[in-house]
Amino acid sequence: MNRKKLQKLTDTLTKNCKHFNKFEVNCLIRLFYNLVGGVERQGLIIGLDRNAFRNILHVTFGMTDDMIMDRVFRAFDKDNDGCVNVSEWVHGLSLFLRGSLEEKMKYCFEVFDLNGDGFISKEEMFHMLKNSLLKQPTEEDPDEGIKDLVEITLKKMDHDHDGKLSFADYELAVRKETLLLEAFGPCLPDPKVLIARWNLKLKYSKIQMNSMICEYLNVYIVSKRSWMYIEKSLKLLDFL
Amino acid sequence: MGLALAKLAQWTAAGHGAGTLEITPLNEAILKEIITFVESFIYKYPQEAKFVFVEPLEWNTSLAPSEFESGYVVSETTVKSEEVDKNGQPLLFLSVPQIKIRSFGQLSRLLFIAKTAKLKEAQACVEANRDPIVKILGSDYNTMKEDSIALNILDKITRDDDPEREIKKKIAMLLKQLDQHLLNHSLKHISLEISLNPMTVKKDIELLKRFSGKGDQTVLESIEYTSDYEFSNGCRAPPWRQIHGEMCYVLVKPHDGETLCVTCSAGGVFLNGGKTDDEEDINYERKGSIYKDLVTFLREKSPQFLENMSKQGISFNEEQQKEKDPLSEAPKKDEAAAFHKDISGSDKRSLEKNQINFGRNQMTKRLEPSLNWKTTVNYKQSKGSVKEIQEDKHTGKLEKTRLSVSLGRAQLRRKSAEKIEEIISDSSSESEEDEEPPDHRQEANADLPSEYWQIQKLVKYLKGGNQTATVIALCSMRDFNLAQETCQLAIRDVGGLEVLINLLETDEVKCKIGSLKILKEISHNPQIRRNIVDLGGLPIMVNILDSPHKSLKCLAAETIANVAKFTRARRVVRQYGGITKLVALLDCAHDSTEPAQLSLYEARDVEVARCGALALWSCSKSHANKEAMRKAGGFPLLAQLLKTPHENMLIPVVGTLQECASEENYRAAIKAGRIIESLVKNLSSQNEQLQEHCAMAIYQCAEDEETRDLVRLHGGLKPLASLLNKTDNKERLAAVTGAIWKCSISKENVTKFREYKAIETLVGLLTDQPEEVLVNVVGALGECCQELENRVIIRKCGGIQPLVNLLVGINQALLVNVTKVVGACAVEPESMMIIDRLDGVRLLWSLLKNPHPDVKASAAWALCPCIENAKDAGEMVRSFVGGLELIVNLLKSDNKEVLASVCAAITNIAKDRENLAVITDHGVVPLLSKLANTNNNKLRHHLAEAISRCCMWGRNRVAFGEHKAVAPLVRYLKSSDTNVHRATAQALYQLSEDADNCITMHENGAVKLLLDMVGSPDQDLQEAAAGCISNIRRLALATEKARYT
Repeated sequence: MNRKKLQKLTDTLTKNCKHFNKFEVNCLIRLFYNLVGGVERQGLIIGLDRNAFRNILHVTFGMTDDMIMDRVFRAFDKDNDGCVNVSEWVHGLSLFLRGSLEEKMKYCFEVFDLNGDGFISKEEMFHMLKNSLLKQPTEEDPDEGIKDLVEITLKKMDHDHDGKLSFADYELAVRKETLLLEAFGPCLPDPKVLIARWNLKLKYSKIQMNSMICEYLNVYIVSKRSWMYIEKSLKLLDFL
Repeated sequence: MGLALAKLAQWTAAGHGAGTLEITPLNEAILKEIITFVESFIYKYPQEAKFVFVEPLEWNTSLAPSEFESGYVVSETTVKSEEVDKNGQPLLFLSVPQIKIRSFGQLSRLLFIAKTAKLKEAQACVEANRDPIVKILGSDYNTMKEDSIALNILDKITRDDDPEREIKKKIAMLLKQLDQHLLNHSLKHISLEISLNPMTVKKDIELLKRFSGKGDQTVLESIEYTSDYEFSNGCRAPPWRQIHGEMCYVLVKPHDGETLCVTCSAGGVFLNGGKTDDEEDINYERKGSIYKDLVTFLREKSPQFLENMSKQGISFNEEQQKEKDPLSEAPKKDEAAAFHKDISGSDKRSLEKNQINFGRNQMTKRLEPSLNWKTTVNYKQSKGSVKEIQEDKHTGKLEKTRLSVSLGRAQLRRKSAEKIEEIISDSSSESEEDEEPPDHRQEANADLPSEYWQIQKLVKYLKGGNQTATVIALCSMRDFNLAQETCQLAIRDVGGLEVLINLLETDEVKCKIGSLKILKEISHNPQIRRNIVDLGGLPIMVNILDSPHKSLKCLAAETIANVAKFTRARRVVRQYGGITKLVALLDCAHDSTEPAQLSLYEARDVEVARCGALALWSCSKSHANKEAMRKAGGFPLLAQLLKTPHENMLIPVVGTLQECASEENYRAAIKAGRIIESLVKNLSSQNEQLQEHCAMAIYQCAEDEETRDLVRLHGGLKPLASLLNKTDNKERLAAVTGAIWKCSISKENVTKFREYKAIETLVGLLTDQPEEVLVNVVGALGECCQELENRVIIRKCGGIQPLVNLLVGINQALLVNVTKVVGACAVEPESMMIIDRLDGVRLLWSLLKNPHPDVKASAAWALCPCIENAKDAGEMVRSFVGGLELIVNLLKSDNKEVLASVCAAITNIAKDRENLAVITDHGVVPLLSKLANTNNNKLRHHLAEAISRCCMWGRNRVAFGEHKAVAPLVRYLKSSDTNVHRATAQALYQLSEDADNCITMHENGAVKLLLDMVGSPDQDLQEAAAGCISNIRRLALATEKARYT
């Protein structure tokens, strides 16, 4: 990709993104193309497909739940074309790393609302929570605990008592208790991942290098202190 | 009956054949039941009572033939009953000492005759006839036989259609009923006992021995028997103690304490009086509560044991299990074997043989009574017919479940016993801290609130859920009213505390936040605090203080603030480096560049600092923590935080400073660090709590003069004075009055207070206030009273009356202060009149009897101006019956302040000649003379004055000389204090009227010293010195004259 084009793309994306400055956007774009492994050619839109994206989520942001990662991918992939393009990438990361509580609430609700009908129903909750309890072999109904957990959650969050969570319910509950933001599964970067990871050893396989750069970026984005690391990672980018 | 006797009664271990019954409550109960049965037999079943036994019951009776009356043929050594059987044999035949009885009727009668010896006879009978049923009904009715077989035979009997058999059958039935009854009855007894036996105790001790030895990992340092000799019954206690149920004595040396001498008895394990000095003997007296076994006992006595036990817990338990298993297993096997034989053996004889074996097994198995009884009974009841035995192949299994049932019950019992022990030990062993209340667990069977079950469920999800479920459960738990004790204790009782603390050790930020939010709330409960410390929660929280997440730091610090309300917790915080970390939290606040938007789960730096200060406040109640805080550089940070405008930050900061101001180091730093200025500023804040702590801090620091001046210079006196008018908040009032008291030690401050009309307000506070306030108010008045003007104000405001009223109090500090004020007021004649009228002098005088030397001294000082200014003081003093004797006797005190004050009082008393005569009679002269050898200038001053006054009577001058008071007085002149000089010169002047004293003075070189004094600017001193010299000189001249003439 030539400089001019990159410059132009950076400018456009910076304009639409409130949490990153120009330099940061630039970095993210370069990182994106590095991850994708090339720039777009005429007419051919390229981006991160589901598997690549899930890999990033797993390695970089410490997510493990398959279903939640799928949902995160869908939340990133605004145009629903099955891959995350460069603008979705920058937007998504902006929310991931710098998003305000409001933005995050919207995003999380979207992730949890599996069928996209604007409500989190009991069934959806059950689906999301079904692996959250240790199965007791002695129990007659292994799902009983989950059902009970769903009831507890509803009692806690369903303020209008209609048996499902609307965004208003959810928002009210989260404002009261921030811990409920990710009530049905971790869909945001783990806070402990975001906090400095200075001790990681460098290993020069391609994937690890990429994730390493991601981490450098995270470190930078979070702490604003690691200017040097960013430069170093950009140099590494050129190598690849 | 036979069964009950064979299996239930506790036979002594001295062999089976001629065994005797142990004297136990159980046996006694069984015998009594038998007696009632036999006694009533003759009325209830007259027909059956005539039935003649197959074989007579024989035993050695203690009854004498003479005791038998009508119906018997009595000779010297024999007794025959008139009642005879078909063959003409008497049914009762006694030939001393042996007795033979062949019918129930005779048995009944015998028991009537025996009267008080019933029990003894019954016991002898049962002992001699181990299988009574065989004897009564014949060998067909072997007691060990199955009911089924008995029934079979009964069937046969009925078919024979013989009337005698009919009766036999009836008796068999009756005896069976009795047997059943006895079994049930004794079961009740058994279940009441916690019974240890030599075998289990021995096993316990052997097991513990294996885990004992040197080194930290073992559970005990040593465990030994006191005696090496083991009796055949497994006991080691001397026989005369064995009858008390004691089995052995053990010397246990835990890692963390003295050697314990422990008694293991059938009733439990307890601490005895230990080895007496003569080495061999043990003081058998019980010294502590009874525990159910040795392990429980040691758990209570030695924390180290508990800890190491839990470390080795698994292996130990396994061992114990192994030890126990064979015990319970063996009988089971025996039984099973017996069953198999039962099944295979179809003919009666082999069956019988097995039964006998079985019976013997039962005998030997009597090691763990409660369990075995249980199984026996079940075993018996489970069989109705021969056919059923076939089905009993599975009994092995059945038995097991039953066993577990009874085990469960035993555990339950044990649990309740433990509960009691816990309460006992809590109230006794926790002498450490006032704020550790006895632990009360919620009763398992009490009506539990619904919250209890809901919380239990949530804790279950906490345990078995992943991060998401855990967060949901935590959030849901917060919806309970965590300030309510039921919920707090419910969380603990269902094991929630362990889980919550455990969550803190994970690296899930959200779980940690949720857990800390709950812990923070429930740790307001003192019991929970203690549990958190016991579970090792504090070190983990201290570690969290290092976390990069600010909200985590905050929550951890707040929780620490709640938990560290008692000494042990504070110590733990310090030991794990918590103080340094908390001090580091304070450092956050000055970083002014805050990000505009706080990221998720984060808190502001100010908040972090506030929480840090809160925790430090709690911790700063321990001396060592204050020191640690200072070393960690806490003071400059606190000083910095003091400049913030946030009230909720200032309260903990000032609170911490106030706690620390008790330390000299901190007071110096406060003075130097411009802290007073901030404190004064915050006195004018709107927050009552903040005002209170500021005033308190000033109170602590104002002992120092410079600090007092600083308070004035920064304008702190005015807000203090105005706060005096707000009397609703007593804590604040106490702090404010305290600050005023200490500040008014400086004269300039008193002037200011007068300007602000504080003295009038203080007088108004003399009534209806708590003691803490009164002490300070009176103290402040005492300082103000040093000035005439203020004394007048106090009088005019009507302050004398309430002050005198306070003289009857008991608070030491208050009395010291009150007497001081009263004394100061008495200087004024007008006030004195009021005091006199209110009988204040008498009250002061009675305070001389107060046990506290401070009060005594203060009262004596106050008496001086009273006597000086009262009208007709001499008469007044004389009117106190025994008063003069009392005060003279106070000269025997060894407190210098008391002595000085009493000397001063005596000086005043002695102004009245009559009183002087009285105190001379009470021996004031020798007492004063004895005090002469002192270096204390205050005492010297008043002592010299007293001596000079007392010289005025009779031959007291000579007496002082005789008691060798003169020479030490001369030495007073070398002191540096002019007050001492003046008083001494006056005393010497008085003493020099006596020739012998003059000689002593001269010998001790008084003249040269007095000559110097003549040149003093003090006129009294000049005069007295000159007078003394003149007396000495005159004597010299007179002697010379006498010599030459």
